[in-house]
Amino acid sequence: MPSIHASAEGEGAQAPLLSLAGLSVGFDTRRGRVMAAAGITLGVHRGECLGVLGESGAGKTQVFLAVMGLLGPGGFATGSVRFAGQELLGQGAAALDRLRGAAIGMVFQDPMTSLTPHLPVGAQLVEVLRRHHAIDRREARARALALLTRVQLSDPARRFGQCPHELSGGMRQRVMIALALSGEPRLLIADEPTSSLDVTVQAQILALLKDLQRERGMAMVFISHDLGALAGVADRVAVLRAGSLIECGTATAVLKAPRELYTRSLVRQAALLAGGLPPQGVAGLTPPAHAGAALALEAVSVRFVVRRGALARALPLIALHEASFALAAGGSLGIVGESGGGKSTLARAALRLIEPCAGRVLWMGHDALALAPQELRRRRRDLQIIFQDPYGSLDPRMTVAEIVAEPLRVHAAGLDSLARRQAVHALLARLGLPGELAARYPHELSGGQCQRVALARAMILEPRVLVCDEPLSALDLPTQEQIVSLLVQLRQESGLGLLFISHNLALVQRLCERVLVLYLGRMMELAPSARLFAAARHPYSRELLAAIPSPDPQLQPQRLAHVALGEPPSPLTPPRGCVYHPRCPHAQALCRERVPAWEPAGEGVEVACHRWRELA
Amino acid sequence: MNEAVPAGGFWLGARQRLSANPRALVALAVLVLLALLALCAPLLSPWSYDGIDWQHLARPPGLTAAHWLGTDRLGRDLLVRTLAGVRLSLLISALATALSLVIGLLWGAVAGFCGGRLDGWMMRFVDVLYALPYLFVVIILTTLFPRGRITVLLVALGAVGWLTTARMVRAQTRALRRREFIEAARAGGLSPGAILLRHVLPNVLGPVAVYATLIVPQMILSESFLSFLGLGVQEPHASLGNLIYGGTQEMESAPWMLLVPALFLVVLLTCLNLLGDALRDALDPRER
Repeated sequence: MPSIHASAEGEGAQAPLLSLAGLSVGFDTRRGRVMAAAGITLGVHRGECLGVLGESGAGKTQVFLAVMGLLGPGGFATGSVRFAGQELLGQGAAALDRLRGAAIGMVFQDPMTSLTPHLPVGAQLVEVLRRHHAIDRREARARALALLTRVQLSDPARRFGQCPHELSGGMRQRVMIALALSGEPRLLIADEPTSSLDVTVQAQILALLKDLQRERGMAMVFISHDLGALAGVADRVAVLRAGSLIECGTATAVLKAPRELYTRSLVRQAALLAGGLPPQGVAGLTPPAHAGAALALEAVSVRFVVRRGALARALPLIALHEASFALAAGGSLGIVGESGGGKSTLARAALRLIEPCAGRVLWMGHDALALAPQELRRRRRDLQIIFQDPYGSLDPRMTVAEIVAEPLRVHAAGLDSLARRQAVHALLARLGLPGELAARYPHELSGGQCQRVALARAMILEPRVLVCDEPLSALDLPTQEQIVSLLVQLRQESGLGLLFISHNLALVQRLCERVLVLYLGRMMELAPSARLFAAARHPYSRELLAAIPSPDPQLQPQRLAHVALGEPPSPLTPPRGCVYHPRCPHAQALCRERVPAWEPAGEGVEVACHRWRELA
Repeated sequence: MNEAVPAGGFWLGARQRLSANPRALVALAVLVLLALLALCAPLLSPWSYDGIDWQHLARPPGLTAAHWLGTDRLGRDLLVRTLAGVRLSLLISALATALSLVIGLLWGAVAGFCGGRLDGWMMRFVDVLYALPYLFVVIILTTLFPRGRITVLLVALGAVGWLTTARMVRAQTRALRRREFIEAARAGGLSPGAILLRHVLPNVLGPVAVYATLIVPQMILSESFLSFLGLGVQEPHASLGNLIYGGTQEMESAPWMLLVPALFLVVLLTCLNLLGDALRDALDPRER
């Protein structure tokens, strides 16, 4: 791979700040030696951001854990890792300790596990600051506050005394970044720092990281499986596949004109998922006009009771407030919004897995809330669900065949075991699962396979409505693409109605004819997808649209520069008036006082906003 | 579909992991040997557990002696008595464990799965029983019923043992109830009873099985303790507890009377604990 070497090391006469030469990483396990990466040669220059792209399991995390000397038990690394001219491999723990934090900072994917749970975040920051600099407690406190302010943590003085669990995911990631910056590192390694966050928050964190990197002249390594996230921050991109480096070059070169077939397919998939294409499979599928609603919600509200504090005061949490919509037989509706917006609650209330406290749920015109238990169970066959967590949604003690056959045992008790087995195998084959998988257990499957099994379990009864609760967010890009095609295919073949929940608007655009935008459990906008993506009426819909990461390395940095700030408030204390007003750039006095009415805005659009006419 | 699937692929994997653990295998071998010896002792030895040998009163152990592990003050063969004690201890602890598991599993699963007010009441009941000093309960039981009745001992041990099982099963069930496969089962139209039987119980059985191997030694210890206090097995029957108690009386003049049953107790408990730990590792496929 001489060309890769050239592009990695040949830029400028200056030696790279971090250079990996022939780095191989592996693990000794009981079953022998497993290689995570082999022969990686890379350089990161001062002040540049290197994006490392690869699917999960490509070895990208292990390579940089090896750089930091943080490999897990049984891990080993060979080759050479030089940081500022100094060899890191084979260094003692003490020398690496001095380097970590002070010269190289690290931000991980899950900030909850990287922060000490019982200590206030301010105290953790003070501790690290005092370790790196010879300063007293007061000085450290002042610097910690300055850092928290710099990472744009809202209300830093109050957050200072809060523990990690009291902060949202985005806030925790900001604290992690502050911690990583506290030693004023020359290199920041960010490992999937935004993968567990909402799109809006992801865009904020990306913009922040890029800003900080420029401002401090830091070098940064940004590891991600998400091309959209990389495109906004990376100057150069290295592509890893199955433990080897297959392509490396400037972001524009790699993302605009990839040389390798693999990179090309990644870029194409990212473009598909970012919604560069017209909705697929939706056009030919206009539901028959006479068809009634397969699923309808009428002013459905769900309330939970949360107990807080020493006296266990019961606080009502309105997870869903008067949601109404109708899904025509064979139709499709997308539900979007940030986490905590009530999307999953809506899905579960629609299937009566959660009891609504008010309103009506209609299944094929029957009031589902009035059904007797036995009748309810019988009618459940028309509405099925698949979930986000591929492993969590399958019983770990059952084989694939048992899992998929279970609904048949309930609803088609007349079927003998041979007929059941045939039905299961036919469906597995239709969903692209090899027959030998039938005897496996969920933990022996990949995430994508598990999700197909969950889909098979849902489809075996040939339901009329399939509810998908974020079915793709735990999957790799190529796997996502496969499942999307599968859903499109199923809709075309069997006229399946689809209720598709996602925080990824681009996906919803591809799969659904209409989109419902939820915020804090309230409906903000309901519109045909084409209308929503062309001209969203509600300011919140616009914010969501603006946050979709684009895999275009020229476009994306500009978009990040205009990211709106703010995160949803706690649903325990929803704001008065329009719940969105604290974040809304167009909020007026009226918005703070009165709840906007749900009104039609023409062209099949309905919206809850006082100012939609002026803003249109 | 059960027929089509090689039954117990999960259990097969667990067995493989278990048999790859040398400590577990040794512990298992020793346990089986002990159990066999305890069962066959009357057939193998010319002595019986209550037979008195007037020629050899309080003899120390010796390979050439008539009694390999010596005799007690009444001239009864210590090896035979100890093996009889092992048998009784194993029997009582196994039955008491089974009793406490059945009650605890049902109680905990129902409370955890139903939740709400029923859960509250059921678990408060457990808390109240927990708060009663268990020795006190046992003393009351043994004074109400004739002393030395093994069923009383069983009830006493089981009545205390199920409380922890119930709590553990309830916690496991509560965690399971939020898992998505339970929701999927509800969406699939399974009745609550079917969900409990098909999805909840099999998934709590793993941790419970492990817990069981860890409470068997606890039960043996409790039984020995009660017998030591004179509340359990009574003379002339032998249990490890009352043998050790008898041994302490002669500790200064005839230490073997204490050491022999104590050694058996230690070996038994160590093996059971080792096996329990190994089982826990084997039943959790996520551990490597």
